[in-house]
Amino acid sequence: MNSIITTIPINSYILLCTTLFCIGVMGVLLRRNVIIIFMSVELMLNSVNLLFTAFSAYSSNPAGQIFVFFVMVVAAAEIAIGLAIVVMIHRNTKSVDVNEWSKLKG
Amino acid sequence: MNISAILAISILIPFAGFLLNFLFGNKMPKGLVGIIGCGTILVALAMNIMLFVNALNGPETITYFNWIHAGSFSVDFSFLIDRLSVLMLLIITGVGFLIHLYSVGYMHDDDAYFRYFAYLNLFVFFMQMLVLGANYLIAFIGWEGVGLCSYLLIGFWYKNTNYNNAAKKAFIMNRIGDLGFLIGIFWIFNQFGSINYKEVFAGAQGFIVNNNYNDSVIIFITVLLFIGAIGKSAQIPLYTWLPDAMAGPTPVSALIHAATMVTAGIYVIVRSHVLYSLAPFTQDIIAIVGISTAFFAATIGLAQNDIKKVLAYSTVSQLGYMFVALGVGAYGSGMFHLMTHAFFKALLFLCAGSVIHAMGGEQDMRVMGGLRKKLPITFITMLTGTLAISGIPPFAGFFSKDEILAKAYEHNPILWAVGLITAVITAVYMFRMLFLTFYGNFRGDAHQESHLHESPSTMTIPLSVLAVLSLVGGFLGIPEVFGGKHILNDYFTPIFSDISSVPHTGTALSHSMEFILMGISVALVLVAIFFASRMFIKKSAEGMEDENQKGFSKLLAHKYYIDEIYDTLIVKPADWFSGFIYRFLELDFIDGIVNGVGQATSYSGKTIRKMQTGHIGFYLFAMTICIVILILINNFFIS
Repeated sequence: MNSIITTIPINSYILLCTTLFCIGVMGVLLRRNVIIIFMSVELMLNSVNLLFTAFSAYSSNPAGQIFVFFVMVVAAAEIAIGLAIVVMIHRNTKSVDVNEWSKLKG
Repeated sequence: MNISAILAISILIPFAGFLLNFLFGNKMPKGLVGIIGCGTILVALAMNIMLFVNALNGPETITYFNWIHAGSFSVDFSFLIDRLSVLMLLIITGVGFLIHLYSVGYMHDDDAYFRYFAYLNLFVFFMQMLVLGANYLIAFIGWEGVGLCSYLLIGFWYKNTNYNNAAKKAFIMNRIGDLGFLIGIFWIFNQFGSINYKEVFAGAQGFIVNNNYNDSVIIFITVLLFIGAIGKSAQIPLYTWLPDAMAGPTPVSALIHAATMVTAGIYVIVRSHVLYSLAPFTQDIIAIVGISTAFFAATIGLAQNDIKKVLAYSTVSQLGYMFVALGVGAYGSGMFHLMTHAFFKALLFLCAGSVIHAMGGEQDMRVMGGLRKKLPITFITMLTGTLAISGIPPFAGFFSKDEILAKAYEHNPILWAVGLITAVITAVYMFRMLFLTFYGNFRGDAHQESHLHESPSTMTIPLSVLAVLSLVGGFLGIPEVFGGKHILNDYFTPIFSDISSVPHTGTALSHSMEFILMGISVALVLVAIFFASRMFIKKSAEGMEDENQKGFSKLLAHKYYIDEIYDTLIVKPADWFSGFIYRFLELDFIDGIVNGVGQATSYSGKTIRKMQTGHIGFYLFAMTICIVILILINNFFIS
């Protein structure tokens, strides 16, 4: 299995992951729809996961792949809570625009 | 019972009495409070008599436990039972018991009856600690404790602001002395490596062997201890608290401010006699301070109209005599006068209390007079006390005072001369008081006259016992010229044997010379009494109104304006300085720092909260930027 991963040079992985991560960052910063922002956060997390896996394979160290599972678990928990908050706020404001939420300011 | 159990009971039972009365006294009937108050002291007295018998066989140190141990510093909770401490114990509990008994009658109408007895018992407890301690630290506990009790009892009627101020004055003036005492203890430890009497005095023996007198360290130590004694025993310049201390109930004045506490300074110096014998320079200071206090206080006593104030200045003056005795190295004579003074001054105060009781609280002698027939027992006992303090043979004061005067003459005739003049003045003011109070016509109003009565028997019995003691107390020290045996000197021989090799200054008096000195003093005192009778029986209180005082008598009546001088020189500047500190240091500086910190926090909070816009996009942007900056710093600057 490692041989399949290692057929692609590591630089390509890094480039891909960096690109994905930057897309995620830009999505978080520029979009106002809270659902899109969540998706962008997921994109960032998964780009990191991909990089973990690649490095893990290249250095023959399974620790990186185990770490990926942890990241997934945390991401799932985060999404569960985050979406619950989004649903509650949507019920009150009928909006998913993050700028609408500045009303929460004390 | 073994000796340590007796000692423990003797010390602790007054404390138990204090706890019982203080905690539960307000729920107990007055009779029970009085029984607890007097009974505990009576038990302590019985124990002390056993200790006395024991101490005749030789000194004994009882150690209960090791109290403080740090490095080379070690203090045991231990007590020294020797001839000196048991004599003090007998005076404290003996006179103390009589005064407790007297208080049962005197304080009977007071609401805070239980509090009074509680404090009185606490005082006896601390006083016993003071005289029994086998090291300076235990003595210091007692020293501070009696000061506290003195404060509590002077301000016993705390609703009166003047009384509270008198209490505070006594406490603060004592603290000045206490500081000296404490530094003295530190220095003793520094010099001798211990504060136990035994080791300190053993160390001091080395100086005697080497003939090393007036060593500067010893002079400092002795002067510092003497400063403590000045505060506690009311000598110049710290004596002004004692006359003000008369604000307390009269039996308190008798017990604390005449018979026992104020003699603590004498006791500590007698206890440290080895050190003082090493420092003739300090002894000269003591003699000079003592004789000047004796003289000045006596002259002030001439012009006081408050019956208790007269006795207060008289106490200051008599304490001065005791210090003269210590100053000339006659420690035994000082203790002798301490004992006789405890008898007759306690008696005089209690008599004054009986008069005040009869007069319904009036203390001004100008409105008394002619009380002789209404208060016969009080009159006879007070006459005894007055004769004793004036030094008329065979009353107690004669023997002790003339012994001091004779010792003073051996040392320096000037001391003797001033002492003699003081004795004459003493006779004048004491008989002035007696004549104004008991002779002539009654000068009060009709209501007071109808109220006059002899005191109840709980008050007159202590008076009678003390009167007998004032009469016979002097026979303990009959001088050799009368062919008697000086019992007290023999008693003290073991105590003062350790300074027997110290050379004496002056030569012993011949018997004929001693007779002449006695004759002079008795004759002059009799003349003074005659003079006083002419002055104060016939003319009684004429011309004694405050506005009639002129010249020297006005100066005396105002106590040489010493209080005013202290007020101007010390109190006012201190007051001004504290005001200055308050305004500039406290308000501007310290408050400025505290308020400044608060204002800075508040201001920065107001400013920074504007960053919290509530726009999530902005937060995310700030977060991202910051992370990028952190990464850049991490990559380019740190690694």
